[in-house]
Amino acid sequence: MAASIQRGRLPWWGWIGLVVGAAIMAAPLVWTLLLSLKNNAELVGNSGAALSGPYTLENYVAILGNDRTLRWLLNSVIVSLGTTVGVLVLCSLAGYGFARLDFPFRRTLFTLVLLGLAIPSQAVILPQHQLFATLGLHNSYPGLILPGLITSFGVFFMTTYMRAIPKELDEAAMLDGASRFTIFWKVILPLTVPAQSTLAVFTFLGSWNDYWWPLISATRSDMYTLTVGLASSQMNYAQTSGLGFLMAQAVFASIPIFVVYVIFQKQIVRAMAGTAVR
Amino acid sequence: MRAAARRWDGLLFVAPFLLLYCTILIYPLLKGIWLSLHRVDLFGQGTLVGFDNYARLIGDPTFGQSLINTFLVTLMVVPVLTVLALALALALNRATRDAAIFRGIFFSSSVLSVTIVTLIFRFILAPDAGLLGEIWQGLGWEPLPFLSHPDLTLPALAITTIWWSLGLPMMLFLAGLQQIPEDMYEAAALDNAGKWTTFWRVTLPSIRRTLILVVMLQTAAQLQMFGQAQLLTAGGPSGASRTTVLFLFEVAFGRWELGYASAAAEILFLIILGVTLTQYWLTGRDRESGR
Repeated sequence: MAASIQRGRLPWWGWIGLVVGAAIMAAPLVWTLLLSLKNNAELVGNSGAALSGPYTLENYVAILGNDRTLRWLLNSVIVSLGTTVGVLVLCSLAGYGFARLDFPFRRTLFTLVLLGLAIPSQAVILPQHQLFATLGLHNSYPGLILPGLITSFGVFFMTTYMRAIPKELDEAAMLDGASRFTIFWKVILPLTVPAQSTLAVFTFLGSWNDYWWPLISATRSDMYTLTVGLASSQMNYAQTSGLGFLMAQAVFASIPIFVVYVIFQKQIVRAMAGTAVR
Repeated sequence: MRAAARRWDGLLFVAPFLLLYCTILIYPLLKGIWLSLHRVDLFGQGTLVGFDNYARLIGDPTFGQSLINTFLVTLMVVPVLTVLALALALALNRATRDAAIFRGIFFSSSVLSVTIVTLIFRFILAPDAGLLGEIWQGLGWEPLPFLSHPDLTLPALAITTIWWSLGLPMMLFLAGLQQIPEDMYEAAALDNAGKWTTFWRVTLPSIRRTLILVVMLQTAAQLQMFGQAQLLTAGGPSGASRTTVLFLFEVAFGRWELGYASAAAEILFLIILGVTLTQYWLTGRDRESGR
């Protein structure tokens, strides 16, 4: 961030506002963490007990011994990684085609893809559900992954990025007798690594946090992702092992996403900047 | 070069995406319109009923209330979210370490899934076991029944949503603020413009496009609110917090009235499309006038 952007000092009331705001933002997270570190029996009818010790890791130990939660974690990992890899492959190929090749109906097809930006998922959910039922894909990994691969934004993003790469590169490689695919694979793709990583982070976050499609497609509890699993635990709260365990599950489910966020903060900020000035 | 390059093999690169796109998005989009004009049971046997489903929806008070609830919650969320996010972006648009830490805190909730957010807020808003209830009681007040009183459930959904979604608009505003050329502020300083004048005359007009983007993105997102309503209040009490997408979900996957649910989906789709087109129109006008 350019130092020249700083403009004047923040007045004292600005700082107070920030600190109060930050406390309000952080309090729910701290509260959750404290609850997750408490013995379940102590919390019955008195969640205020979370404010003082003794604290324990027993809820986290219980999660690691809980096959269901581990299965949901595995499902989330498979679905999110599968979606991310699939999106990168499909959007890179399509982006290359739209940005650097000329073929009949190119403009029409690109407009068709952009149309997808305006279609909310709820508008197509029922026929999608029917389609996947006909294909027998509910409660399967392909069934959970496939709808996530349809990202008009991803194609748009890769197309814009690849269009900015100088045309001379293709022409030089073409003179050397390289095939289209070799040019794509050896010349263009290595230049798009920054765009790939941004798209990857966003796809992963979106897929990991998706609730809508897995809720509808995964009806067997062994095919739940963590989001759907957690939803079912909180709705059956009375029958679960208690508040501390429930909160430990929430913390456990958000650890991977916080790790991704911290590692890839730069990509996230860069992508936002791209969206805002679009 | 151009003539030689215009060949069909370019299609091979876009074909994998397009095939999936047409199968999983375009076909369902058209099928949804077809469904909305039919009475369809669980086995997909449809009878053409024309606009009967739409006529029924207009006369269905449950659907009407779900639309009103959706508009109300959108009205509660979007202005507050926009103003807060802009204020935060203005305060945190500096290169200090403190500002970076604050940005991190305000963005952190955005990476959580809706299930985790509602799980956390259930145990904040619940009057008997929640954090807010504990604080209220500590102050000697009666805890508010956020999740069970008909007048409080929509505000509860709005509070949860604002806490959850503050990070993204803040980041968008920050990115927008970074684009303002420094000399515009220098010119304002030369004119002895005060802070407020500078804000209204320089800052706000410069981030107009970002402002429109934030308001429209948030409006479209809140019109599709689902998880918060389903998980926190289950749309209750007696439909006081049922959003349109929750209505659609219940009709489709609870009652399996696919034609009726599709008609509701199409109506909501048209409303959201209207919002999206308004954004294009507003920003497109900017582009023409050269801003």
